[in-house]
Amino acid sequence: MKKPPLLSLNRVSKTFGGLVAVNDLNLEVSQGYIFGLIGPNGAGKTTVFNLITGVYPCAHGSIRLEDSELTILKPYRIARLGISRTFQTIRLFPNMTTWEHVLIGQNFLSRPRLGGILPLQRAEEFTLREQAQEALKVLGLWEMKERRAVTLPYGSQRKVEIARALAARPKLLLLDEPTAGMNAREKEDVLNALAKIHDFGVTILVIEHDMRVVMGLCDHIFVLNFGQKIAEGTPSEIRKNEEVLEAYLGQEE
Amino acid sequence: MSSYQLDLLSNLGINILLALSVYCPMATGQLSIGNAGFMAIGAYVSAILTVHLHLALFPSLIIGGITAGIIGVIVGFPALRLKGIFLAMATLGFGEIVRNFFMNFLTPLTGGAYGFRGIGSIPISISWIWGWVAFFLLFFFFLSRSRVGLAMMAAHDDETVSELIGIHIVLLKVSAFGVGAFIAGVAGGLYAHYYLYIEPEFFNVWESIHMVLYVIMGGMLTFWGGVLGAGIFTLLPEFLRFLLDWRGAFFGIAIIGLMIARPSGLITREMLRVSFWTPYRKGVKL
Amino acid sequence: MFIQQLINGIMLGSTYSLIAIAFTLLMGILNMLNFAIGEVFMLGAIFGLTFIHLGLSFHLALPLAMICTGASCLVIERFSFRPLRNAPPLVPLLSTIGFSILFQNITVNLWGSERSQFPPWMEPINISVGPVLFSLTQGVILALSILLMIALDLFIQRTRIGRGMRAVAESLETASILGVDFNRIILMTFFVSGSLAGAAGILFGLSFSIVSPFMGMEPGIKGIAAMIVGGMGNVRGAIVGGMFIGIIEVLSVGYLGSAARDFAVYGLLFLALLLRPQGILGVIQPEKERI
Repeated sequence: MKKPPLLSLNRVSKTFGGLVAVNDLNLEVSQGYIFGLIGPNGAGKTTVFNLITGVYPCAHGSIRLEDSELTILKPYRIARLGISRTFQTIRLFPNMTTWEHVLIGQNFLSRPRLGGILPLQRAEEFTLREQAQEALKVLGLWEMKERRAVTLPYGSQRKVEIARALAARPKLLLLDEPTAGMNAREKEDVLNALAKIHDFGVTILVIEHDMRVVMGLCDHIFVLNFGQKIAEGTPSEIRKNEEVLEAYLGQEE
Repeated sequence: MSSYQLDLLSNLGINILLALSVYCPMATGQLSIGNAGFMAIGAYVSAILTVHLHLALFPSLIIGGITAGIIGVIVGFPALRLKGIFLAMATLGFGEIVRNFFMNFLTPLTGGAYGFRGIGSIPISISWIWGWVAFFLLFFFFLSRSRVGLAMMAAHDDETVSELIGIHIVLLKVSAFGVGAFIAGVAGGLYAHYYLYIEPEFFNVWESIHMVLYVIMGGMLTFWGGVLGAGIFTLLPEFLRFLLDWRGAFFGIAIIGLMIARPSGLITREMLRVSFWTPYRKGVKL
Repeated sequence: MFIQQLINGIMLGSTYSLIAIAFTLLMGILNMLNFAIGEVFMLGAIFGLTFIHLGLSFHLALPLAMICTGASCLVIERFSFRPLRNAPPLVPLLSTIGFSILFQNITVNLWGSERSQFPPWMEPINISVGPVLFSLTQGVILALSILLMIALDLFIQRTRIGRGMRAVAESLETASILGVDFNRIILMTFFVSGSLAGAAGILFGLSFSIVSPFMGMEPGIKGIAAMIVGGMGNVRGAIVGGMFIGIIEVLSVGYLGSAARDFAVYGLLFLALLLRPQGILGVIQPEKERI
């Protein structure tokens, strides 16, 4: 019996002015696996993320997370339903420490009385902080928790973004080029962290350009070009796919 | 203490409240140059209540503040769509509309342009003003260490990302606007009952601009900045008496110079590293 | 009656238009709101009257005053713009608020705070055209305002510097690639902005018989409102916006009483910001968020 998908995109289209960014896209992401979203530059991958998370309004098609229709919801609602993301260019809060980033990531999980202004509900807050601590330790950021996040080395900054997204205990984690600009050691670091995260049962959808990362990490891959899905399958299937090779060879890297 | 010094201290207290009223929306990235309007609402409503309805001071202040706060929330919603200079101009327009309102309407109750005289027969004690100052300072102290305060910081730094991590930006911004309006309203009520006389001209654009200057000069990223700014603007002229009529020029030059030398204001967030409230359990703290 | 009001509105509006142009030039090219323009407007009238008291004729005093106000705007450029190029836009705005306070205080101290007025400029002849009545002075002032606006429009459209200004307004990068000397453009913009504001001050002072250190405050704010209502960064928008506000102001006083005056103007500003923030002639700049 097939499990109902965690996230499904149905005939999703998005145009900007005259430009078609995403064209009649159908995707299904099942719970508990790691999915890759690849394609040449400009294929529409980040646009898909923006549509899922509500940054762009979606006029055509449907995007569902389990039972909820996302296209009618505002971004903060979508986040609270259990979707968290990172960004292509790192977007950290310039004035916050690493620890504060994780705290803010889980902000909506705490439901304090009186808006949390008075320090009540210590037990609940303590539990939340334990979870925050866990997120930092899994990603190897515990030592840097008091440092202002934007002063950290590049690779660590990307990990802070991931930690912030994780702190919300999402069902689905969207990662936009998490290893971009990293050297081999940093990449391995992040991949190990992602494997651990996956062990916790988080479903991951990752946009990546580094083919070795994609092939090694993902259970299932979607290939996009010109806003359309041109192929999907396991890494070995995709590796042999004619159309995929053509799409990439046509691109000047 | 001489009555002159008392006046100075009350001005300081009221200016601190006004600075806090501007700081609150500014902490969520909203610049309001119309808080004199909220101050006017609080002043007139509370004065009408004590003078014509013989209500006691405390409930009048509260009702004045709440009226200002509610109008603040109403204005806060359309304000969401406006950014930067557009928002500043809209709030400026709002302040002027309020001033005009009190010049032309409710005049049998308020004396209109001729002013509202005789708001009580003795000025309230200065401890009323400073009591409220203490209350709001405490409020902001706890706020800055709470999760809501953290959310405000995030909203100020990057609204889009904040929304994407589940922060309810609309609620945050509109509430900040409303709370700021409430504080300005209370300040207005206190002003009215200390000086026993108000007129619409008092609540003009320059008053609003002064409040903004307190916060900008003192430091926009922490509530203490506005306090410092209010202190400087209220007390420094006393020490600059020798400048006589040239104090305005001095302040103009000071502002120009400060913007070149230290645009984030005198107090920065770095200086006052906020320590978030940390819960303890079994002696362990996180 | 209505036509008379309309003409009065246009006369008032033409002054607002000039101030609005002064604001919008800097806004369009440098994305900067120069709050001190209101006081520069006032300085125009003050300088003008001072030169006349010193014995100069109107025909010399007015252009000279314009040059002085242009120069005062260059001072603003030196301290509020040049050192703050990379700061968030709030910072130069606050700096110009500082200049506003400074200019007003200096004027009060050196000139005195009493209201004064220009001596009569022309013969007090009244002209009637159909149902409309106006004085010769008013007519000449209106003509001068319109002349200045046309001159500016031509300047921007036809001259090399004007084209340079438009290029810089479109894109600083492209302009520099095309070899536009944008430092010169910036200085020119400040100077033109200042002289227009000064001219507006003199014309306003002549029209409404008032010269005082405080005369710039309200027109300054209304100039900003006119700029927004007409469309920011757009000279024609400023002209339209200024006329609109002038007409609305006069009509509201005429038909609803003087109490309604500020309500009408600020209410209009409010509505404009809510319903059509890009202004009458403005274009929506899509805020492309790069995610």
